[in-house]
Amino acid sequence: MIKEIYKVEREDFINAGKVSSKIKTILKELQVPGALLRKIAVACYEAEINMVIHSYGGIITLHISEDGLVHLLFEDTGPGIKDLNAALTPGFSTASDKAREMGFGAGMGLPNIRRVSEFFDVKSSSEGTTLDLRWQL
Amino acid sequence: MSARELLKKIGARTLYTFNEELLDKEYQFVFAADLMSDALAMINANTDSTILLTGLANAQSLRTAEMLDISMIIYVRGKQLSETDLELAKEMEFNLFSTNLTMFECSGVLYQMGMKAAGND
Repeated sequence: MIKEIYKVEREDFINAGKVSSKIKTILKELQVPGALLRKIAVACYEAEINMVIHSYGGIITLHISEDGLVHLLFEDTGPGIKDLNAALTPGFSTASDKAREMGFGAGMGLPNIRRVSEFFDVKSSSEGTTLDLRWQL
Repeated sequence: MSARELLKKIGARTLYTFNEELLDKEYQFVFAADLMSDALAMINANTDSTILLTGLANAQSLRTAEMLDISMIIYVRGKQLSETDLELAKEMEFNLFSTNLTMFECSGVLYQMGMKAAGND
């Protein structure tokens, strides 16, 4: 069993993606097959970038159980997603100019995360957003 | 089409080469975008024979390629990576090139050479 917790800072564009890189390395060492590894890495990276761009910061928890369930939990401290249905629509974006300069803000983040995840659940209020993603190895 | 042939045709210069042998590797697909979210959403297959063509010369283009298992990036419009980003690229073991062609021109040349659009399975 593996459990790792990583902190993500608000608008830390320099380090954005570092956590996803570490998580991908862990999964690669566990010899997760290429196609599945890419799906998990893409979902993790998009969610990490979302946390940097849109939230006040938060934590990412990686949990891999004995029976091969990969569980990624993204928990931030707000301000929440105002319109969750809109955020799940491809092309809808509220990203800042800075985020766009970094190559994000196409409005593909959450739809893409949902597409590559075997289990996807998102809950959001002004207190924060929780994104729960899972895959079975 | 080997990387070497492609790079010659677009007048690319080397920013960093991790593995010279990859220059003889055959590449078949190209994805051209400055928005990395689009690349992450649309490249799902054959990533080891896909080239990322972008004008976004920063750490996020490197991270995107890393997540997708893409080993070769060509920067258009003469873009260069900063020293910090180049160090990151070395850690990630990429082959990176830059061409003065615009995205449109470079895409056109690569398309004429028989390269296909990267996409879904």
